[in-house]
Amino acid sequence: MHDVSSEAAVHAHTAPTGFIRKWVFSLDHKVIGKQYYALALVSVFIGMVLSWFMRIHLAWPAWPIPLLDKLSAVGAPAGVMTPEYYLSLLTMHGTIMVFFVLTNAPFAAFGNYFLPIQIGAEDMAFPRFNMMSFWTTFVAWLFMMAAFFVADGPPISGWTAYAPLSAVGGDAGPGLAMGQNLWAISIAIFCVASLLGALNFISTTLDLRTKGMSLARMPFCSWAWFVTSVIALLAFAVLLPACILLILDRTAGTSFFIPAGLVLSDKLQPHSGGSPLLWQHLFWFFGHPEVYIAILPSIGIVATILPAFARKPLLGPRAVIGSMIAIGFLSYMVWGHHMFVSGMNPFSADLFSIPTLIITIPATILTLMLIGTVYGAKMRFTSAALFCLGFISVFISGGISGFFLAQPSLDTVLHATYFVVAHFHFVMAVASIFGVFAGTYYWFPKMTGRMMNEALGKWHFWLTFIGVYAIFMPMHYLGLAGNVRRYSAFVDDFMIPLIPVHKAITIAALLTGAAQLIFLFNLLWSRFRGTIASENPWEATSLEWSTSSPPPFDNFGGRHLVVIHGPNEYGIDGPQDYLMQAAPEQTSPEQAGPR
Amino acid sequence: MGKLFAAVVIIITIVSTTVFIQRTWWLPVDISTTGPAVDHQLDETMVGTGILFVASQILLAFFVWGASNTSASKKIKIFPGGSTPLVLFAIILVGLEILTLTFVGSRAWAAIYIAPPDPNSLKIDVQAEQFAFYFRYAGPDGVFGGIHPDKIDDGSGNYFGLDPANDVPARDDIVVGSLTVPVNKPIWLTLHSKDVGHSFFVRELRVQQDFVPGLDIPVHFTATKIGKYEIVCTQLCGLGHYNMKAYMEVVSQDDFDQFLKTQAGQ
Repeated sequence: MHDVSSEAAVHAHTAPTGFIRKWVFSLDHKVIGKQYYALALVSVFIGMVLSWFMRIHLAWPAWPIPLLDKLSAVGAPAGVMTPEYYLSLLTMHGTIMVFFVLTNAPFAAFGNYFLPIQIGAEDMAFPRFNMMSFWTTFVAWLFMMAAFFVADGPPISGWTAYAPLSAVGGDAGPGLAMGQNLWAISIAIFCVASLLGALNFISTTLDLRTKGMSLARMPFCSWAWFVTSVIALLAFAVLLPACILLILDRTAGTSFFIPAGLVLSDKLQPHSGGSPLLWQHLFWFFGHPEVYIAILPSIGIVATILPAFARKPLLGPRAVIGSMIAIGFLSYMVWGHHMFVSGMNPFSADLFSIPTLIITIPATILTLMLIGTVYGAKMRFTSAALFCLGFISVFISGGISGFFLAQPSLDTVLHATYFVVAHFHFVMAVASIFGVFAGTYYWFPKMTGRMMNEALGKWHFWLTFIGVYAIFMPMHYLGLAGNVRRYSAFVDDFMIPLIPVHKAITIAALLTGAAQLIFLFNLLWSRFRGTIASENPWEATSLEWSTSSPPPFDNFGGRHLVVIHGPNEYGIDGPQDYLMQAAPEQTSPEQAGPR
Repeated sequence: MGKLFAAVVIIITIVSTTVFIQRTWWLPVDISTTGPAVDHQLDETMVGTGILFVASQILLAFFVWGASNTSASKKIKIFPGGSTPLVLFAIILVGLEILTLTFVGSRAWAAIYIAPPDPNSLKIDVQAEQFAFYFRYAGPDGVFGGIHPDKIDDGSGNYFGLDPANDVPARDDIVVGSLTVPVNKPIWLTLHSKDVGHSFFVRELRVQQDFVPGLDIPVHFTATKIGKYEIVCTQLCGLGHYNMKAYMEVVSQDDFDQFLKTQAGQ
């Protein structure tokens, strides 16, 4: 363990006093973490309301949806959306959720707030970069939101923006002129922000650990943020140039993704020599690791929180960390499983299928370690604990369907159906969000100094847990019956009989969405009215629980903690059943002060 | 609270699994020579992963039930043998499942996508565009005319961009809006796209293949049952994506010959 005191001194900065420096352009990783959380919270409600609009339209296409005509008089005259506006909302739902929620909340928000504290640092390695990451992300968000307000609305090409639909411009349909430009610019900016953030996370983890905090003693969520930041560095570094090429195709007349001889809107397009499959390869080279950027932090969060409420150590800590690294590594070898029927060489399908199936091994190990941790526990069923247990259940449900989709031979019937929608919502969206909910109930006391309301938290859990199964489990059945995704209406003979299932799903989605208002209320109410939190309300071990709630500006009030235990010391015989990672405060002169 | 959680998880597991087992919503009966292998693969995966799904959910529920006993006298217990047996279990059991699925499944895949088409197949060209499919038969001369994108004109029905004035083989090409194929005869489609990505999906054939602009993509199958089936587009292609469909009619050889004769006479 090398000495970091000199580096730590470089990063020391005094607390700002002005409003702008304290709350807006703050260098404090804790404020930046909260800013990411707030942005993700606003985004998740926007994304959820978009999904409500879509679900209502699918079940009852003729119903006028209140307020929708205010959002777009062209896209939804009298509140009834047009087919193209459905696709616009679909694109925005996917993009907002994947980038601004699933990447931001579990990784950027919690990671920013807690990574430095958990490793005993005063701040991130590069506080100015950190501020830039957030505000760059915010600019990306503004560009994305602007797409709602341009003349022909947001793009209709889906969050995957497949070329040439996304590349040829307005001749391909509504939303594909200015809307698609804004989308591509926004995502490119988002990539820059994520690259800055990833570099910062990696440097912080490697350089700023306090004395005694070996890599092996890092809490599991810090490990997950570290692995995720390595994945993000490599993934966004590919999406960024892909977006730049897309922007060039759209604005500068290049043909990276557009072949010769295309006729759109009765016009022969002035392009030649490009390949639509190139976009798919670049996009999924990012896109598949992105799935793990969304889910790994939540796995880490659950692996950290579950032992604190099970009152026993996580089973197989090495197996958990090893599995996370294995998943990170394998995530780069599987992107082609999104492209089995894309027209790429069919031999390569087998080569992409095998590593995809192999990923189920570390994923199964992770799941079994979490289940094994529950075995023989004396569980404290707090809201955070319930969301951890719910996470395990939905992660199993979502992971299992991966066995089907990893096989090219089954992709012939399941590709592009609701089976896929069910799979990725369970394993990536719902599981990841359950990790965020668990993290919120667990860390809210540390972040605000107040406890969240447990009764409301439990209502929120039960309604959400049952609700997500009611929404997404039936989508497997729809997929098996051949219900194609990304359809704004079901006009095919074999899909019409499936509409009653869609109605049931819509009702479940509206109710489950409404249950999230309980969470929002709890968050706001507890912020001002919650009971005051102690330093360590959950009797947990990691360093954030060795400082006040909320922590002071420099995290530990000038103290430099020395770590003497791993994060997994629960279920100890003694007056208290756990050991804090940090050594108890010493009073002898040679032990006091900076290391 | 733990017992409630266990009960809810078990109820969810039973209800979800029952609907799968009852096949309330399922694939239609397959009508192709390569379909049974896909169905076999699906069944095998369904059973293998179904067992994993039920077992892991019940194990979770069972442990959570046990963990809800928090009486002071209870000592916490570590999983018997620690993590090693579970890690080995995951590697061996899931590993075996993966090997089985890969070896059996890759054959089902190869039969559809890697095996070369029968050289005696009936060749049909498919042109996809926003938001329709068009099908082209070579006509009595058995030769397709060339495709000229600059000649494509939906207004005059020249969906493929044929040039009959200068291109003799193009003159007798038959272009129609629905696919008619003879039963039990190998069919070899060549997929072209006029504009953006589309996909060719017939559930009953167990075949799905994207159209990629700029590429000619072969698809082959043999339909074994006479009937009328839907072709749907599964690749997001624009505002009319949901409405992009065509019918495939599988007919007897006699009916097919009659169909060609009628079309050629028009």
